[in-house]
Amino acid sequence: MKVLEYRKGVNVPDHAMTFQSLSALLQESVTPYVVCLQSKECSALKQVLQKVLVQLMGHSVSVEDDDDEEDQSGPRPTGIPSRKMLCSMATLCGWYTAVTQKSASPSPGKKRLSSSKGCGQRPPVVVIFKDLESFTPRVLQEFIVISSQYIQQLPLIFIFGIATSPITIHGMLPHSVSSLLCIQLFQSLSCTQHLATVIDKLVLTTTFPFKLSGKVLQVLISIFLYHDFSVRNFIKGLQLSLLDHFYSQPLSMLCCDKQEARSRAKELSHEDCENIRQLPSFMRYVEKQEPEIQVQLLTCDKRVKDVTQSLLKELHAYHKNYYPVLRCLHALTSSLPKYPLGKQIRELHGICLEKNVWETEEYESAFQLLRMLAKDELVAALRTCTEILKCAKKLGDAVEKLEEFIERFELLDRCSAVVEMGQEGEEELPPQKGLQKKTDLFQLQKSLLERESRRTKKLSKFELLRLAVLDCIDSIVKKHLLPPESQPLHEVFYYSSAGTLRRHLNAAPRTAIQTALNNPYCYLQSEALKSEGGAISNAAPDICIVYKLHLECGRLINLYDWLEAYATVVAAAEGKDPDSAAAAQLDDVKH
Amino acid sequence: MSSQKQPKEGRVLEVRFVGDEEVLQHIVDKQEGVKGKNAVQILVSLKTPRKSEPEDSEDEDHEVCNEQDYVEALGTAAQASELARTPGKSVKFTTADSPPEEVTSPTRASKRQSTQYKTPSKGKKNQFVSTTPHRLRKRLSAPNLRSDSDSDFSPSNSEEELEAEEEASKLVPESKPASKAPAAGLYKTPVKKAKKVPEPSLVEEYFEAHSSSKVLTSDRTLQKLQTPQLDQDTLCRLLDGTSTAFSAELKQLNKEHERLFHKWMLQLQLGFNIVLFGLGSKRTLLEKFRTSMLLGSIHVVINGFFPSITIRSILNSITEEVLEHEGHFRNPLDQMDFIVKTLKEDPDLQLFLLIHNIDGQMLRGDKTQQILGQLAAIPNLHLIASIDHINAPLSWDQFKMSQFNWLWYETTTYQPYIEETSYENSLLVKQSGALALSSLTHVMRSLTPNARGIFRLLAEFQLENKDNPSYTGLSFQDFYQRCREAFLVNSDITLRTQLTEFRDHKLIRTKKGADGVEYLIIPIETGTLSDFLEKEDKE
Repeated sequence: MKVLEYRKGVNVPDHAMTFQSLSALLQESVTPYVVCLQSKECSALKQVLQKVLVQLMGHSVSVEDDDDEEDQSGPRPTGIPSRKMLCSMATLCGWYTAVTQKSASPSPGKKRLSSSKGCGQRPPVVVIFKDLESFTPRVLQEFIVISSQYIQQLPLIFIFGIATSPITIHGMLPHSVSSLLCIQLFQSLSCTQHLATVIDKLVLTTTFPFKLSGKVLQVLISIFLYHDFSVRNFIKGLQLSLLDHFYSQPLSMLCCDKQEARSRAKELSHEDCENIRQLPSFMRYVEKQEPEIQVQLLTCDKRVKDVTQSLLKELHAYHKNYYPVLRCLHALTSSLPKYPLGKQIRELHGICLEKNVWETEEYESAFQLLRMLAKDELVAALRTCTEILKCAKKLGDAVEKLEEFIERFELLDRCSAVVEMGQEGEEELPPQKGLQKKTDLFQLQKSLLERESRRTKKLSKFELLRLAVLDCIDSIVKKHLLPPESQPLHEVFYYSSAGTLRRHLNAAPRTAIQTALNNPYCYLQSEALKSEGGAISNAAPDICIVYKLHLECGRLINLYDWLEAYATVVAAAEGKDPDSAAAAQLDDVKH
Repeated sequence: MSSQKQPKEGRVLEVRFVGDEEVLQHIVDKQEGVKGKNAVQILVSLKTPRKSEPEDSEDEDHEVCNEQDYVEALGTAAQASELARTPGKSVKFTTADSPPEEVTSPTRASKRQSTQYKTPSKGKKNQFVSTTPHRLRKRLSAPNLRSDSDSDFSPSNSEEELEAEEEASKLVPESKPASKAPAAGLYKTPVKKAKKVPEPSLVEEYFEAHSSSKVLTSDRTLQKLQTPQLDQDTLCRLLDGTSTAFSAELKQLNKEHERLFHKWMLQLQLGFNIVLFGLGSKRTLLEKFRTSMLLGSIHVVINGFFPSITIRSILNSITEEVLEHEGHFRNPLDQMDFIVKTLKEDPDLQLFLLIHNIDGQMLRGDKTQQILGQLAAIPNLHLIASIDHINAPLSWDQFKMSQFNWLWYETTTYQPYIEETSYENSLLVKQSGALALSSLTHVMRSLTPNARGIFRLLAEFQLENKDNPSYTGLSFQDFYQRCREAFLVNSDITLRTQLTEFRDHKLIRTKKGADGVEYLIIPIETGTLSDFLEKEDKE
């Protein structure tokens, strides 16, 4: 019996989608008979069989229409098999032979031409166990043993979905059972790769005007890495930020593609102009202008609209250059030892979004490493860079420059033989000198220093060229990889309220209740509550008092004492106490 | 501890309760930043002015009860209250002329806190040390109690107090709370000893607190509370009367939440589901959301806090009332499939589901949450729910979380959980049983005279045995015999069918005894039952 073991990793929420597409793909290209089983529906063998039968037969009815009703099984009415029908492997076998015979004989109809092409007359029946780990081992064993009896008549293939490791299958099944299986292992792509694809297609592209700021991206990625590894949840976060951006930022109406943004910018209302003037990035921009232009910008709406249009255009251009350069830099640095600028492009992107990347230490060390790169690697990296940069129209001159460099490298190659010879000749001399004066430590030091300085002075052509290339790249980076915050009107495109996102996706109901009880001032901005550190103030809401008193007790609370204590606290200021009953009632429920 | 002011002529046999100052509670400042060094102990003591009691006959009682000595210590340093009670053996005094009140001050309290209490410690009390269990003493005197300032001693001679209070309440029964209040005073007693005691680590304190498996609490019970037991209605009336503090701030808070309504609506329609958390009842908020946003659309409101709600009833209300489907389903999964299918076929149908307390007692089960998750995953079904339990998020694993697709919103309201807790019985509220009685009469009215007679027979038998603690019920054979004698039934099958009917109405309960015989009891309080019989008699 064939078994495909499919390892999926721990990102459970994504699995549903994977299996859906898998079974759809199977149905389309291999066999119409695909059954999906979930552990929660299959607590007993009977249910497993029933599920298999219902899915197979119900499915075949829908596929083959009603013309072959009668030969599926006599007493059964159309559609879903009745519950009372005997659910056994034998029934299934009978059904299967009937169906295959029917389709083999040239019956009037159309069906399953595609599937029978691949698998002859007997398309296999595929049973998918979505979450193998949570099936009861006994049920699984029995099912496997029984179906192995019928393997002659019924070409069964199982697919086990495994979240953890393939060893579990041997843990679940005894040797006698697992020997019946012929297991083949498949491994799905790791979820980080999926994430990389998603980021690549959605975030690092100019296709969509909506952008995430560094902090938001960080929040989403940390939720992904530290909580669930679920790409689906990442996408959910992305959706939410998109939604929130358009909901909360009035200027997000300018967040669309270039032509439309321009036409919308022309029709900005006065309020919108005011909104624009309020933007911190716009204010910074205004401050840099000449005084008279400043006045104009602050008073005249039309002027604002014009500037907005040009600024939006600039922003679009900025994005068009930003991503290729980012990729280019990533291509250069991603293979460096220790990955100073990150292994994944999202890390580099995060750094670039936060601040000027060339001011960071990581960038420094990355370039130091690049300066030591061998020629082959460097040329290869440069080639990929030019490939990337070619996509961007505006970066033509950069591409040209790089190509020129590559050519010069190749020229170097040709005359390298000569250079090498010369270098070797040079190199041979100093060691001899050093050997002669072996005893004199001072001399040795001196000569070593000399050699050092000579080496730095006498850079080979290759080294010179390498430096030149890197300077060129550095200048490109400095020109194009500015953080978006430096751009005026970046608020239009960038969603930045990471706090909201975290609150809604990764909430902490526990702390919320705790603070509400401990520190009601956080919620009720009343001066009466804003007081002393530890003492229980009698002004606080009843429930807070009761909670604090309960904290002072141990594991068990004597209700009498508790209530008396409460009454004391309240009565310290006021003269009423029937409330205590109500408060206690509240807390009865909470514990 | 009650420290009594003694009259100078203490030798007089007739003891007068001139005044009883009782220290009810010490509230200790336990702020972490302060670290106990300058901890200030606030003693709130209440004086209850008491009139002297002229009756001599009462004195005998006092002496007896005062000899029962309660030592009670509230060690809050380790956040554990350890209440020790010296064995209630009455220790006879040789000096009968000494006022009994002195005896009530326990040794330890007087040693440690003699500065705070006015009772002078006298040598006589040494004899009590031995009565404290050794283990307990060790713990009490262990240096781990962070400091004396933190360990509270609020020993009180509760029985004496009780009696005294009863006397007082006889005199001025209704002015009880009022008389307490004006006498309330605040004393601050700085404690210097605290610095000397080395401060144990939190870890040690924790283990100290949890070292004994047996937790000691004081044996005072709620019965000793003098507040009259109110019934539900009066309580509600009283609570309605009191105005809540910070209403302005609360209103502000609510307004902020209400501003989110449109956002919620948008997010719901875009496929997210919303869960509200935070302190306070979110029922009114959700109701407001419902009335302001959802009136035009189809919605189902589910009260998750209702003690007998089931997933089936939720699904039924969806299939029957929303999808208008007649007919039954074999199990919830089938029903679920049906709902999914129908909603998929009709994408224009937008269904909103409001669940108050999705973490309610009855909805906590894994299966239930699974089904709710499946419901929530339907694109045109929108779910907005609230949670209150502090651990509610634990009931959702990753898979369910992704099904629910929650967006979390913090909505702290500080609203009382009136509706949510209305199904709980408070110990402090008198159970009137009015509800049970009315339902009983209702059911009875629909029965045949014979059936009524049968029930009556059982009720009477139960009332006869109400003082018998080992009463397990009336055995079926016995009952049958009695019914036959009263010409109520002619065969045991008739009786059985009748009993089944009773059982369906939850009027009786059957229990298998040790000998395998069925015993029948009526699970209703005797008071209600006798009321019912009286009423029946009248008719």
